[in-house]
Amino acid sequence: MSRVSFRTLDRRTFLKYTFGTGALILGTHVPGWASEADKATFHPSVFLGIEPDGEVIIVAHRSEMGTGSKSTLPMVVAEELEADWKRVRVEQAIGDEKYGSQNTDGSCSIRDFVEIMQSAGATARTMLELAAAQKWNVSASECKAQNHEVVHAKSGQRAGFGELAPLAAKLPAPDQATLKFKSPGEYRYINKNTPVVDQKDLCEGKGTFGYDAKMPDMLVASIEHSPVYGGTVASFDATEAKKVPGVQHVVAIERFKEPHNFQALGGVAVLADHTWAAMQGRKKLKVNWDSGSNASYDSDRYREQLVATAKQPGKVVANRGDVDAGFAAAAKTLEAVYTTPLLSHAPMEPPAAVAEFKDGKVVCHAATQNPQAVQETVAAAMGIEKKDVICHVTLLGGGFGRKSKPDYVAEAAILSKKVGRPVKVVWSREDDIRTDFYHSPAGMYMKAGLDAAGKPTAWLQRSVFPSIGTTFGDQSGYGMELEMGMGWNDLPYSIPNHRAENGQAKNHIRIGWLRAVANVYHAFAIHSFTDELAHLAGKDPVDYVLGLLGPGQKLEINPVGMKYWNHDQDQQKYPVDTGRLRNVIETVAQKSGWASRTKGNGHGWGFAAHRSFLTYVAIATEVQVERDRVRIPNMHICVDAGQTFHEDRVHSQMEGACVFGTSLAMLSEISVKEGKVVQSNFHNYQVARFTEAPMKVHVHLIKSDAPPAGVGEPGVPPVAPSIANAIFAATGKRLRDLPLRKGLRA
Amino acid sequence: MVQLKVNGVSRQFEGDNTMPLLWYLRDLLDLTGTKYGCGMGLCGSCTVHVDGKAVRSCLTTLGSLEGKSVVTIEALNGEHPLQKAWMECSVPQCGYCQSGQIMQAAALLKDKPKPTDQDIDTAMQGNLCRCGTYQRIRQAIKQAAEVKA
Ligand code: FES
Ligand code: FES
Repeated sequence: MSRVSFRTLDRRTFLKYTFGTGALILGTHVPGWASEADKATFHPSVFLGIEPDGEVIIVAHRSEMGTGSKSTLPMVVAEELEADWKRVRVEQAIGDEKYGSQNTDGSCSIRDFVEIMQSAGATARTMLELAAAQKWNVSASECKAQNHEVVHAKSGQRAGFGELAPLAAKLPAPDQATLKFKSPGEYRYINKNTPVVDQKDLCEGKGTFGYDAKMPDMLVASIEHSPVYGGTVASFDATEAKKVPGVQHVVAIERFKEPHNFQALGGVAVLADHTWAAMQGRKKLKVNWDSGSNASYDSDRYREQLVATAKQPGKVVANRGDVDAGFAAAAKTLEAVYTTPLLSHAPMEPPAAVAEFKDGKVVCHAATQNPQAVQETVAAAMGIEKKDVICHVTLLGGGFGRKSKPDYVAEAAILSKKVGRPVKVVWSREDDIRTDFYHSPAGMYMKAGLDAAGKPTAWLQRSVFPSIGTTFGDQSGYGMELEMGMGWNDLPYSIPNHRAENGQAKNHIRIGWLRAVANVYHAFAIHSFTDELAHLAGKDPVDYVLGLLGPGQKLEINPVGMKYWNHDQDQQKYPVDTGRLRNVIETVAQKSGWASRTKGNGHGWGFAAHRSFLTYVAIATEVQVERDRVRIPNMHICVDAGQTFHEDRVHSQMEGACVFGTSLAMLSEISVKEGKVVQSNFHNYQVARFTEAPMKVHVHLIKSDAPPAGVGEPGVPPVAPSIANAIFAATGKRLRDLPLRKGLRA
Repeated sequence: MVQLKVNGVSRQFEGDNTMPLLWYLRDLLDLTGTKYGCGMGLCGSCTVHVDGKAVRSCLTTLGSLEGKSVVTIEALNGEHPLQKAWMECSVPQCGYCQSGQIMQAAALLKDKPKPTDQDIDTAMQGNLCRCGTYQRIRQAIKQAAEVKA
């Protein structure tokens, strides 16, 4: 394990919190993140402090949006510290690069930080044991930390952590190489389903979300944005809006400058004493827009263009053997085209943040997945330095990638400067759905050449979608390394002739990542197509996939023209391991009773398996189809995410992913006419309700000691193809376009 | 002027009678446990009780509340059997929808102390949870009602 080293710190103020005299405070630099100046002055991040009264303070530097990472990482510290979790207080960090990445996105909180957290806990525990040994004049090896105290078994002496903290604070931190860590059998909190720290508050309506944040004397702002992406305000009339009681100001916000990044879009804001007045005032606003170049964007036509491009040769991103020769020699070929629409994140809490600009500095409270991006974006908008933006992180009412893009926080800061008061920006549901950073629509063309037994000897796959890069100024039209690495240039099948391509697409709307990102459309195409091939070959879909994977092995992925993204992880440490993929497939088949499944009368089962975020997931789904209604009585999901640290939150993420995946598979679609988003609220942008979601999600978690991998996202990609494949088994109808409900209606 | 009760406290409201109860609770009374999710009666995040019945506070104007008694999540005090069951089942993910879910379920149990699956389906269909906690919600309702899971 690569470990960092810790130092003891003097008593000082961290966060909103000041430690008492004699507290043991441990700090470290997160490798690769501290600036040179920080190193010189040792301006460390703090993960852990122990008060003389015994209270343990652990800093949560990641955002909480429902995955449990705010609790799980501190639990890991408490575990190695041998602390009593009831005497631990978790403090949410403000945005500061000293913590390392705080971007709670990409399913990497545990993977990137668990070792540092273990080290922090073990370092403090070792120091407390040493302090006790000195106090009692005994050998340190005879002193053991146990549930918030150190015990010397021989003499029966014991001392609490609080009593020992001032002594320990005077000791040097131990050499990291000498630290001892618990074995999993000794864990008391890890994987013991300890409730997350905010659970009680969340059941009592007490948690503070971005929408709930406030500052003294603040105004609430509701902002009219251009209905067409990139439009500018030509003129506006605020006369009627200003007559609404409670409305205080109506002000324009300047349009962003290319590239967009996370800047405020621009528009006209109505600021009022409370939310209702702001929303009412906004309804009375008259704005004339200069819509700009995206006003002719039509998502149906765009889908056709994506498909047309996908049918033409594109840029080669992976290649093996000779696909064209393979097709020429094949006994049979099959071609198919798949499409997926634009999607909106629609977290239950729309974007919201409060900010105050004062004396050249900004203080804000934001529902954000990425407080450091808040600092950068706000600093750039205000022309101030990043360090002069203090970003407090509230709870997030869902994120799914939307809230790592802090345009709404910049809006709050800009407005505060304009009106000289703190301003809370609240997006309505309509704002959220009409002006999102949308998940890319995609078109995929697939072709396979089969031998006499129905096994593919040649395989061609082409994908076309507007890249997330367009939001950041990359107008090449091609997907980025990260998008290609999400289920496109890493096909794990052993097929002698294989080629993956990527076609060009221009973009006309704001694009951004959504839970599981490019895996969503890539997995839909690949696993639907595989199922089609299995049926064509007259084989069981699970057996067929196992045949394509071949014997379990660690693959070396070598794309063309770029490196394999692999979440920036080394393929040695995180290989594409078909053995683990086989294992989740075989497990889900066994647990779901796949071999003895029944079908007929609109009833059937479908299957799909996908590796993403370094995690292996297989899903078997049971559907009952009645006209365009699909009931899902059971969904079995088997996951191998390497080592896990909070099994219950892994389960809940998988349950949630199955529902999120069902929404996008069956119901959700953003469409655009004349540059304007058609949908506006949950009546026409539908997400799964109580009876539309799977009735029962059965989570089968593989116990593994492989390095920890992602949990928040990898459950999503196999859901849609498993449902489409189940619908085929149930009805004989092959649906190749999401959302599937539309195809059932047709 | 409107006279109403909120969590047992008598209140008088003078102002725009068309103001939805949701914003009155959140912005004027600082009872932020009740959430905004859609403003159109589509998501259930804003669910509260008016005279014991579950209503969407985003669609309930103050003008309609003369003499009525409003109860919000804050008045459940963490002691409601549903809140206990919610914790035992670790229902919340982000938690944003959960006030509304609990208020909706509380009204259901008042009406039908031993709900069937069908009753639960019908009662909960209007409450969205984007995090996808539905199956734990079902489990927690059954646990609180002491009916077989
Ligand atoms: S906010 Fe009232 S139902 Fe959605
Ligand atoms: S728990 Fe997040 S929306 Fe329900």
